Amino acid sequence: MIASVLAQFGDSFWMPTDASTYAFRVDRLFYFILAIATFFFALITVLMVLFVVRYRRRDGRIPAPSASHNTALELTWTIIPAILVVLIFVFGLKGYMDMATPPANALDITVTAFKWAWAFTYPNGHVDANLHVPVDRPVRLTLTSQDVIHSLYIPAFRIKKDCVPGRFNRMWFEATKVNDTEGYDLFCAEYCGTSHSAMVAKVYVHDAAGFQRWLEEASRWEGRIAPVQRGAQLYEQRGCRQCHSIDGSRVIGPSFRNAWDEIVEGRRAFADGRRLADLLGEGYTAEDYVRESIYEPGARIVAGYAGVAMPGYRGQVRDNDIPAIIAWLKSLSDRYRSEADLPAAATSPASAPDKGGAR
Amino acid sequence: MSAVAPGYAAPAPAENYLTAARGVLSWLLTLDHKRIALLYLAAILASFLLGGVFALLIRTELITPGPTLMADATKNRDFYNQMFTLHGAVMTFMFIIPAIPAIIGNFTLPLMLGARDVAFPRLNLASFYCWVGGGVFFVLVLLTGGLDTGWTFYTPYSTETTTRVIPATLGAFILGFSSILTGVNFIASIHMLRPPGMTWFRMPLLLWALYATSIIQILATPVLAITLLLLIAERALGVGIFDPKLGGDPILYQHFFWFYSHPAVYIMILPAMGVVSEVIATFSRKHIFGYRFIAASSIAIALLGFLVWGHHMFSSGQSGMANAIFSLLTFSVSIPSAIKVFNWLATMYRGSIWLKTPMLYALGFILLFGIGGLTGLFLGALATDIHLHDTYFVFAHFHYVMMGSTLFAFLAAMHYWWPKMFGRMYSEFWAASAAVLVFLGQNFTFFPLFVAGARGMPRRYAEYKPEFAVYHQISSLGSYLMAIGLFLVLAVWIHSLLRGRRAPANPWGANTLEWHCASPPPHDNFATTPAAGDPYDVEAWEYDPQTESFVQRDPAVATAGPAR
Repeated sequence: MIASVLAQFGDSFWMPTDASTYAFRVDRLFYFILAIATFFFALITVLMVLFVVRYRRRDGRIPAPSASHNTALELTWTIIPAILVVLIFVFGLKGYMDMATPPANALDITVTAFKWAWAFTYPNGHVDANLHVPVDRPVRLTLTSQDVIHSLYIPAFRIKKDCVPGRFNRMWFEATKVNDTEGYDLFCAEYCGTSHSAMVAKVYVHDAAGFQRWLEEASRWEGRIAPVQRGAQLYEQRGCRQCHSIDGSRVIGPSFRNAWDEIVEGRRAFADGRRLADLLGEGYTAEDYVRESIYEPGARIVAGYAGVAMPGYRGQVRDNDIPAIIAWLKSLSDRYRSEADLPAAATSPASAPDKGGAR
Repeated sequence: MSAVAPGYAAPAPAENYLTAARGVLSWLLTLDHKRIALLYLAAILASFLLGGVFALLIRTELITPGPTLMADATKNRDFYNQMFTLHGAVMTFMFIIPAIPAIIGNFTLPLMLGARDVAFPRLNLASFYCWVGGGVFFVLVLLTGGLDTGWTFYTPYSTETTTRVIPATLGAFILGFSSILTGVNFIASIHMLRPPGMTWFRMPLLLWALYATSIIQILATPVLAITLLLLIAERALGVGIFDPKLGGDPILYQHFFWFYSHPAVYIMILPAMGVVSEVIATFSRKHIFGYRFIAASSIAIALLGFLVWGHHMFSSGQSGMANAIFSLLTFSVSIPSAIKVFNWLATMYRGSIWLKTPMLYALGFILLFGIGGLTGLFLGALATDIHLHDTYFVFAHFHYVMMGSTLFAFLAAMHYWWPKMFGRMYSEFWAASAAVLVFLGQNFTFFPLFVAGARGMPRRYAEYKPEFAVYHQISSLGSYLMAIGLFLVLAVWIHSLLRGRRAPANPWGANTLEWHCASPPPHDNFATTPAAGDPYDVEAWEYDPQTESFVQRDPAVATAGPAR
């Protein structure tokens, strides 16, 4: 146990790695306050122990009379702490104000939080589940939420900001260390329901050329990978797996295992008592239903799932992604798997999604 | 020295408040403040046990980074989310807020005033039944599907969740009335019932603390009540107030909520500070140091406490200007707190320190409050708060201030006034051993979590990164140690009730008025209203080894005592 504690002290006992221009300032203030706090705590403890030992009760000893107040002394221990806390306030404010003012040449990334994943939208329109940024360049995040309040927290950068539905918040940072393989942790810090603790992503810091290369590759999947693989990728990266299983078990929403059968054959029942078969026909195909379920999940609730609110993905999943998702759904179906347009290395339902690939 | 009518320090009379009337109804419908205090004691300890069981389940879940208690990850997360919500709600609304005012305050306040009861005894009983009513709603929540919003009921999550938000908020709403009624009663009692000789600056410091607490209770609690009603209106009727889907503003809820809940932190800590002022003075066998500064700092904390709620929202997107103002005001609260700590230490200087169990708890309070208060500096400063907000650092900080400090002061108070409450002494050895165990447990449970938080461990996570496991494991072991310590406290109390030596009227040699009447006090407390002198004139009492108690010195000698 002790060994594993010591193993973590590569950087420091108190703080994680510092990887932004801002981290150093936060740490400096942290250690300044720590010094003051340690001094006063030691003072209190030493005086207490000293008094307890020195003035402990002894039979027959009557305490010598001592003053019951001393205005000068009391003013001293009012004024000294007052000066110290004002000092701490000023340092804290200065650091914060620098953090609140993004420089003009920043790279803009929009953050949309939802239960229970992140969508980072890059200037070229690409949406990703993880945050990729270039090193040594200011990055400005505009944050919002689709459902409840979330909070974006990157310990290595010492930054945090809430994602509030119905408003845009803003923050910025500048990463100082390239880290494009392991990545830094990115947490949701505001409690948001069942899978709050799984709303975890990564921050990858690339060098300038590496960032451009990543962005170009990530933006185009057509021609590089098969649609069914694209579907599996979206499932992993966009938070679908937080609620939908692929092995038939019920998590929070319906499982995707053999879901396509239920949909295309119209067997799916809804909470309002209707069946999909009653709706399918000219102008409303099984594919339309899948598209609608992704863009407007509240439009039809599957029977047995009333009260479960899924966030809508309009604007985050593009139209050319929908056929890929359908191809992937087919690959999860026992009966329709042959239609799934599987690439040479056929993906079985168990192995199709690269488990944990997103994190 | 005041003239105290003879007979108060005499051995217990044949009849006392515990034996004055018999039967269940004589307890359930009692108007006697002392019996109401004991009703609260039983009910609040039951809540503490319930909240403690939730805490142990949480700590057990967190022993491993993945799901621990249940194999199914989703069910496990939902269970964990319910546990931390219920732990927070039960401990906050049903234990920490009422513990010291409702139990210790109800028992001691009229006695310290030399009065027969509080100003409005019927209102006092009504306040107890409001507490019971609120408690019933909480039990209802437990039995009918639980609650998973966190004790803060943040919108819009609390508008959306399918768990029992309405019964839980109604419960908190009704508990709030209990708190308000107690506050009204204490303020009226302190204004109207002070005995001859007790000017404002001759009140025991516990009364100052209870007075300051009562101000907060009656001014802040209605805001919580209104907020919870608005939340209920949004959930039940779809009125858009906080939910952006209905045109509301979720941050508005946070302002309303913390406008109550930050002052509520001082409802928890101020009476605790009052208790510690009494205990430190008594067991240092010395006049309290800097009486006026301590009294004024209680009022200062109560008033400044209303102006700092925004520091819960530094990362919510409120303006930089608001953040700066709230940060500065937050630091202003630390100064009266520091004054109190230094004055307690100065009281010990050149005293005759008697390390009895209440004093051990009081010294523990100073250390724990020291850690809790000083770690508040990191959270008041904007730049560091942004990193530490909503991490285990905050969690450890408020468990030192609320759990550590308030619980320790509550236990100090229980051991200090126990002989007066029940007329029995307890085993000093075992009580002191329990105090040491609880102190160690507290530090093992919460100190490692400061480090986990500073290193980035977010709050309210059912599962966490393996690198944080070691902090959680130390913490979980600490929580079991603390549980053992607390059960030992309970065993000591039960043993005392069954086998304890009869308590003298004044076992500690304090000079506040409750020690002038018998232990336990008769139904009417005092036959005639006593005259009050200096509450900290401990030299007026002298230890008598034969009766193991303190007896009043000859007044002539007492007045000739040390001049100051």
